[in-house]
Amino acid sequence: MDLLEHQGKALFAAAGLPVPAGRPAGTGDAAAAVAEELGLPVAVKAQVRTGGRGKAGGVRVCRTLDEVRAAAGEILAMTVRGLAVEAVLVERAVAIAHEAYLAVVLSRVHRGPLVVFAGEGGVDVEDLARTRPEAVVRVPVDPLLGLCDYQARDVAAAAVAAAATSRTPARPTPLVEPTATAKRIAAVVHGLWRVYHDRDATLVEVNPLVITADGDVVCLDAKVTIDDNALWRHPDLAALGPEPDPRERRAREAGLSYIVLDGDIGVIGNGAGLVMSTLDQLAAAGGRAANFCDVGGGASAAAVALALELILSGPGVRAIAVNIFGGITRGEEVARGLIEALKTTPAAAGVPVYVRLAGTGAAEGRALLAAEGLVNVRLVGDVAELVRLVCAAEGA
Amino acid sequence: MAVVVDAASRVLVQGITGREGAFHTRRMLAAGTNVVAGTSPGKGGQTVEGVPVFDTVATAVAATGVDTAVVFVPARFARDALLEAADGGLKTAVCITEGIPVRDMTEAAAHLARRRTTLIGPNCPGIVTPGACSAGIMPAEVFCAGDVGVVSRSGTLTYEIVAGLTAVGIGQSTCIGMGGDPVHGIGFVECLELFAGDPQTAAVVLVGEIGGDDEERAAARIRDGFAKPVVAYLAGFSAPPGRRMGHAGAIVTGASGTASAKKAALEEAGVAVAASPAEVADLVRAALRQE
Repeated sequence: MDLLEHQGKALFAAAGLPVPAGRPAGTGDAAAAVAEELGLPVAVKAQVRTGGRGKAGGVRVCRTLDEVRAAAGEILAMTVRGLAVEAVLVERAVAIAHEAYLAVVLSRVHRGPLVVFAGEGGVDVEDLARTRPEAVVRVPVDPLLGLCDYQARDVAAAAVAAAATSRTPARPTPLVEPTATAKRIAAVVHGLWRVYHDRDATLVEVNPLVITADGDVVCLDAKVTIDDNALWRHPDLAALGPEPDPRERRAREAGLSYIVLDGDIGVIGNGAGLVMSTLDQLAAAGGRAANFCDVGGGASAAAVALALELILSGPGVRAIAVNIFGGITRGEEVARGLIEALKTTPAAAGVPVYVRLAGTGAAEGRALLAAEGLVNVRLVGDVAELVRLVCAAEGA
Repeated sequence: MAVVVDAASRVLVQGITGREGAFHTRRMLAAGTNVVAGTSPGKGGQTVEGVPVFDTVATAVAATGVDTAVVFVPARFARDALLEAADGGLKTAVCITEGIPVRDMTEAAAHLARRRTTLIGPNCPGIVTPGACSAGIMPAEVFCAGDVGVVSRSGTLTYEIVAGLTAVGIGQSTCIGMGGDPVHGIGFVECLELFAGDPQTAAVVLVGEIGGDDEERAAARIRDGFAKPVVAYLAGFSAPPGRRMGHAGAIVTGASGTASAKKAALEEAGVAVAASPAEVADLVRAALRQE
């Protein structure tokens, strides 16, 4: 679960990390009130659960309360990469002398946490990693030992060295007291590690980490992702999530995974890999999925019925492909669920449903479906036939 | 011969008294697996499907000589179950449980590595050496014994591909479902090493999907010299691009882990990549004929 910046910064502040003074606001007037309390100038920043807000114009520095009110109003009306801005964060503006990038991230490659530091902060740090990998410091943390102090000091030393030769801003400024700044940076590395570890994060990212002209260190941004599987340990964080789409919530509660796309074929399958493979084969044949539902392993008839109901509730579904390879999932359970949903869901009328059942219980399931004699159900032999027929029905 | 598990494997089911544990114990036994013990704290002395239940791994090891654990315990207790298996001296731990917090898994994986316990999973369907041992939840009826090693990140997709091999008479040496979690036990590269050293295995099938860089690393391993033919299938070419929060993921992998990038890397290493699950059997047959 991705946290908003101000939620992440609240975790940072609780861990003793330096963040700018600031508060979230939901209206232009509320933003102006926060700015008045903090003192001008302030930064007004879009709170949205995705990256790219800076490039979209979601961060403004304002020098008057009128500017704050106007900027907050505009930003609150924005969407970034399709996601609505949930609030603005109003913060006291910080005088930036150097910008760096610092993160603790779960690394699949290292099978554990990794501290990542780059002396050149800003938005294009991936490009830096690609073009000048030596400019990016990577420190793997032993999951059983935790972050060692020498590792934090190594990162801090790299940060101080980078600041001395930094190209952001264009003119390098010597640090006033490099030793004191290094200690502050090492403390930030420890603090980020504590947030990462204690709050079950998979990403804690500060971009930029700012060194001010007088050598202070400030976490100017906060991107925090919490491991969904660990939210039961953190009820306070679980409450910070976005309001889920009601259909996606129903699916999740039933152990289904339901995702909306933008084509016109509904897809039901069991297992993420099988569903992805079905989508690929549809796409290769020119078909486009409207949505899909993964019923997982061992789905009951009720879960399959809900899956079909969800698929039919999606806009623009003109045909449905059901691809089940039974292992723990039993073909007759799938058949019972399909029959129930087709009989009770009005939206099912006139939508052709192509069903491929293989593996455990396939013969029994096919017999149940055949005996029911539903006019819009057609049993197919293999995936190639499923794909061919459903794409033909889509085009009809 | 086979890899990781064979007819001599003595299997312990951790969480044997739970619904899943008991159900799959019956299926593993039916597939001919030596399930000789189970554990469930506080339920020692009971039996499940005729298998004796112990309170702890240590007492199960002492009484029955188990060497392979299959873990069905709920996600909140899975870390502890894995640590107990490793400290009990088991050679292999197969973790079926899904939804384990990744911090728990990084700690468990690090500890198992220190104990030299081979980890498979978590969130995986297990491992099958057809006719000898099924440690996990894979449907035994789709397999038949033979000389093709299979390693996969997926569950049902693997059954589909294996059933396709079996249908045309191509048997399997061992089939490993490595699981889909970001932190997991043995992956493609480790499995390739195992299959390279297994005289029974004549060819290898890799079943990959989008995300991470396991396939790219497998391609690099094969490019460095791999004596047996490899066929791959990849899922996720049409997957919608996920929203990404920070930049760290891209920095760590240096690539986006797309299906196209993985296909290119594998083909460059000389791997035949199937366009559909059904095509895998054709490519394997062609590869074996050329040998």
